[in-house]
Amino acid sequence: MVGAILRRVFPHPQLTGFLVIIWLLLVNTITLGNLLLGVVLGVLIPGITQPFWPDRPKVGKPLKAAEYILLVLWDICIANIAVAKIILFKSNANTHSQWIAVPLELRSPEAITMLAGTITMTPGTVTAMLSADASHLLVHCLDTDDPDAVRDEIKHRYERRLKEIFE
Amino acid sequence: MSLIAEIVISFMLIVGGIFGLLGSWGLVKLNDTMRRLHAPTKATTLGVGGVLIASMVYFAVFMERVSFHELLITAFLLITAPITANFVAKAHMHRDVKERDLPPTGGDYGWAGYDEVGDGKQPIDTK
Repeated sequence: MVGAILRRVFPHPQLTGFLVIIWLLLVNTITLGNLLLGVVLGVLIPGITQPFWPDRPKVGKPLKAAEYILLVLWDICIANIAVAKIILFKSNANTHSQWIAVPLELRSPEAITMLAGTITMTPGTVTAMLSADASHLLVHCLDTDDPDAVRDEIKHRYERRLKEIFE
Repeated sequence: MSLIAEIVISFMLIVGGIFGLLGSWGLVKLNDTMRRLHAPTKATTLGVGGVLIASMVYFAVFMERVSFHELLITAFLLITAPITANFVAKAHMHRDVKERDLPPTGGDYGWAGYDEVGDGKQPIDTK
């Protein structure tokens, strides 16, 4: 009974906590009033947006998720330098851009979205499209001579970790 | 102490400026819409990142209050940049890219912009 009421008020407890933290960061000062307002928002917004979250993805391993975020942040720095080098020192004729199809093992829409975003932010690759049955990602690679290596790195470095986090 | 902080802030501002400039230069130099997408999604992230870190250090050292807005800006930027890039890529592909120019999916269905799954099969279980 109590559980059912709690589930009614907090349909998505992780999202509620997340919204409170985001609200406190937005107002930049922690006072009781702000905290209360944050909690009100944290209850209202998940309630209203509930139909958008049919599956409620569970992040089973928060430590792994933190590790993944740090890894991606580091890769973004590397990506920036790599792309800057290509822009500065490579002529357009020497840049070999290619399309790559990456087969997906991930099945949950949230995990695929994370993977697509990660690919766009990391070295020399942009996600362009998903196949109609969501089993492959179309990736555009700025400069590569070995598309298979790029595909394997995406699968090994990012998809494997996301699979551990989401499934 | 404040000298060190000033050096750090200036350094981050310069790094940010350089990468911002490089991202914009990439837009000018690269010769194909898909290639052009690479410049603003990557080089600019570090450009904005550098300015934000400089701003955080400035507020922490000289204004003596910790500001978290920069972290939020970073987070929102990291969330929105890939989505923008994806939509630009999709619009470009619908206009100018033929399906025969793309590699095959390797699965039973084509790419989402060119093929669709019939009613019989629901690819992602959204309940």
